[in-house]
Amino acid sequence: MIRVFIFLMVAFASCAAAEADGSWMKKVPPRDHERASPFHEQSEAVAAGKRLFGAHCASCHGENAEGKKKKPALTSERVQQQATEGDIHWLLVNGNMGRGMPSWAKLPDPQLWQLIAYIKSLH
Amino acid sequence: MLLLLLSAVPLLAQERPYFVTYSHDMEEPGNLEIEIMSAVGTPAPGSRFIGSSMEFEYGVKAWWTTEFYLNGQSTQNDSTIFTGIRWENRFRPLMREHWINPVLYVEYENTAADKTIREVVGHDGKADFLEQNGEARQETEREFEFKLILGSNFKGWNISENIIAVKSIYNDPWEFGYALGAARPLALVAGAKPCSFCREKFAAGVEMYGGLGDRHSFGLNQTAQYLGPTLNWTAPNGTTLSFSPQFGLNDYSIPRIYRFGISYEVNQLFGHLNFRRGGKP
Repeated sequence: MIRVFIFLMVAFASCAAAEADGSWMKKVPPRDHERASPFHEQSEAVAAGKRLFGAHCASCHGENAEGKKKKPALTSERVQQQATEGDIHWLLVNGNMGRGMPSWAKLPDPQLWQLIAYIKSLH
Repeated sequence: MLLLLLSAVPLLAQERPYFVTYSHDMEEPGNLEIEIMSAVGTPAPGSRFIGSSMEFEYGVKAWWTTEFYLNGQSTQNDSTIFTGIRWENRFRPLMREHWINPVLYVEYENTAADKTIREVVGHDGKADFLEQNGEARQETEREFEFKLILGSNFKGWNISENIIAVKSIYNDPWEFGYALGAARPLALVAGAKPCSFCREKFAAGVEMYGGLGDRHSFGLNQTAQYLGPTLNWTAPNGTTLSFSPQFGLNDYSIPRIYRFGISYEVNQLFGHLNFRRGGKP
């Protein structure tokens, strides 16, 4: 039993390490890349997204998304310029679990888009 | 230390209102959730009881959650006792979100006279709750429990299915059970302003669970089955309160079980403790 448990642990760790290779943006399928937010630049959505960010994201990414320790800043050029709203939505849904970013699929989809509206307003 | 954490840490909660069913949601890495869950029932002709567990759920990795339980129970006209411990681990083998998301669950428990009813397996039923605590404590259960958790999110709904297999370390046969749940927040869009009792703070659903017999007698015959609605509310400070009346569907089940829960999530536990010691947060 213990050997099986150890084997499973090693197998999962290997999977996680493999997933951590490469940039997450390269994994986003074209269809997701092109998705547009239904709340694009809507001030109400930005305000709601700010609340959601404070509740769910700020403890890792900082109160103003400036990043903390190994957790990246969301004000970076990559997030603000290179990543589309669809890219960020894909990341929130799937996470980047090998690197510690959990899936936020437990939040309803409209709330993910509100969160993205806020993140994109930080440029 | 606990009070210190509760008073100082900003928090979050977006919990499913399930008591028995596990969804595929994992604890965020570094976060600690502290939860107390209780089940109140009257297994006629026995006495009313309350079984409670205190749970500490920690996100080790985004794909690995571990949880430790301290269990106890109190039975009317009998006694109040500590009933044992559980330690569980949940692993998410697929690193992306799919239509159906599997999670593997492994648990060890060492309990006696436990009445928390966190799962029903084999031929567990009303009769198990009729013994006096003094007698029931003589039978210690040391067992491994395995679950295949399947979860899906669709248009705000979460649908979760659990398939349960339990093996005692003694020479008892494998026992089986299941749990099903469906739940949804009452509002999918968050409001721009903070609120206490707006719909986004509530989630509601339904749970059904029961035994599936054992290796020698697989099926629904002589198994307990329960069904009930479930509701939770997340307070502005992040504390989540949950309630569910659950109803036994046959004579083998306890007629009604009322479940209550309160949970609180501490964000980035070790970062916060480090900060308290004067280090960088």
